Amino acid sequence: MSTADPSTALLRYIDVHKAFGRREVLRGLNLEVMKGETFCIMGPSGCGKSVTLRHVIGLMQPDKGKVFVDGNDMSTITKPDLRKLRARMGYVFQEAALLNWLSAGDNVALPLRETTSMPDKEIVERVRAKLELVQVPDAFEKLPSELSGGMKKRVGLARALITDPEIVLYDEPTAGLDPEISSSINHLIRELGNRLGVTQLVVTHHIGCVKTVADRVGLLDNGVLNFVSTPTEFLTSEEARLVRFLGDRLD
Amino acid sequence: MWKLIREFLEDVGYHLDLSWQIFVRLGAVFSRRELVIEQFYQAGIRVTHVVLLVGLFIGMIVSLQTGLELARFGQQDQIGTIVALSMCREMGPFITATIVAATVGSAIAAELGTMAVSEELTALEVMSIDRLRYLVVPRVIALAVMTPLLTILCDMIGVVGGGFIAESQLNVGLSLYYDSAIDSLQGTNFFLDLPKDVYSGLFKALIFGVIVAIISCAAGLRATSGAMGVGSATRKAVRDSIIAIIIANYFLSWMFFQS
Repeated sequence: MSTADPSTALLRYIDVHKAFGRREVLRGLNLEVMKGETFCIMGPSGCGKSVTLRHVIGLMQPDKGKVFVDGNDMSTITKPDLRKLRARMGYVFQEAALLNWLSAGDNVALPLRETTSMPDKEIVERVRAKLELVQVPDAFEKLPSELSGGMKKRVGLARALITDPEIVLYDEPTAGLDPEISSSINHLIRELGNRLGVTQLVVTHHIGCVKTVADRVGLLDNGVLNFVSTPTEFLTSEEARLVRFLGDRLD
Repeated sequence: MWKLIREFLEDVGYHLDLSWQIFVRLGAVFSRRELVIEQFYQAGIRVTHVVLLVGLFIGMIVSLQTGLELARFGQQDQIGTIVALSMCREMGPFITATIVAATVGSAIAAELGTMAVSEELTALEVMSIDRLRYLVVPRVIALAVMTPLLTILCDMIGVVGGGFIAESQLNVGLSLYYDSAIDSLQGTNFFLDLPKDVYSGLFKALIFGVIVAIISCAAGLRATSGAMGVGSATRKAVRDSIIAIIIANYFLSWMFFQS
């Protein structure tokens, strides 16, 4: 199932600390995500899952420790290098974050139109292909306000994939969706990992998501990542903290 | 007290930095023509009727108030001069800028604020799209161009409104009214042969437009905390814009007519 290359860590967190005022969210987080791997971070609300994700794409800097993306130190990376690195990454937002005055097609086309000199005809072809890939081919002309929650997520995913990224980051990709749509999005993420060999870091608190997409999973709790293992080991573990966290969700 | 002073200085610093960042990106206007044209429509066409209506009544009020007093001294024939000068020098640019702040400025703050709280600005950053080039520069250019144009309309309709009152309520003939209005606005060969009262008013309008755009964009970009944050950003944008317009108006008036 996995296309992970265990010899190459594409994302590395080394003893990462992050605080907001007096509240310390990350307290020495360590994590390595291998090339082609899909890693899920689970954890209770407000435990710092999204904060962890934002360090990878340079939206936040650690107070202490280091984050490396493909060997680039995110604390010292220059702006031009950060732009190049971001072009190799896609980010799927919890609420899709589509620009509401642009159609779905224009939203997906935006990164290519604004950051490349690609001809518009080629951009439109690529946009249609991506919308097809995420199974919303008819959304091209529609405004975000005309799309359902699930369709918005898919369009957001298409936008994240339009530059053919090597790394895709997902912030709660199935939050607020019904089980059927959640399941189809989970399968889509799995397929991307399998077919395109994309390295994926997924923040979620849905067991269904972990079961379907993860090669490995860990629990972010008290600012550190614990119980890193395969989904099967994770979900059947008898560790008291894990059982307590998973209890209701497994039911 | 110190906290307030520090916050005020931080606020001023942020606006100055934003102004500089916008200035160095002004070239972006040529590569984003569609965005700029869209903003021309939002900032100009959609508020034209408000400016015309308010300008008409302001001219009527100025004419009525001054006309009644001048009539006591038999000087009604000066109404045209007074209405034309007050509209072009002060009322036109100030009223137009206030309308722009209340309508366009608040809309800009709400729009950018909503984008900020719904992570759309973060999405732009993640896609390496410069939010100032993409969102802010077109709005600043649009307000810098449209506010003077709206001011011209406001000046003209104000003079027309004043003439209507002069004739209907103060028994001043329209030809006398317009003659005195036009005489007072004679050219000086200084700038496009425009009278100082007109070009100073248009220059003020340009500065007011830029002030409204920068303050409104800054408020929107810094919005936090959901719907309440957007409301607060909108309120701050309108309040600060009007305060800044009044202060700038004093210094610009001083610069043109006193120094």
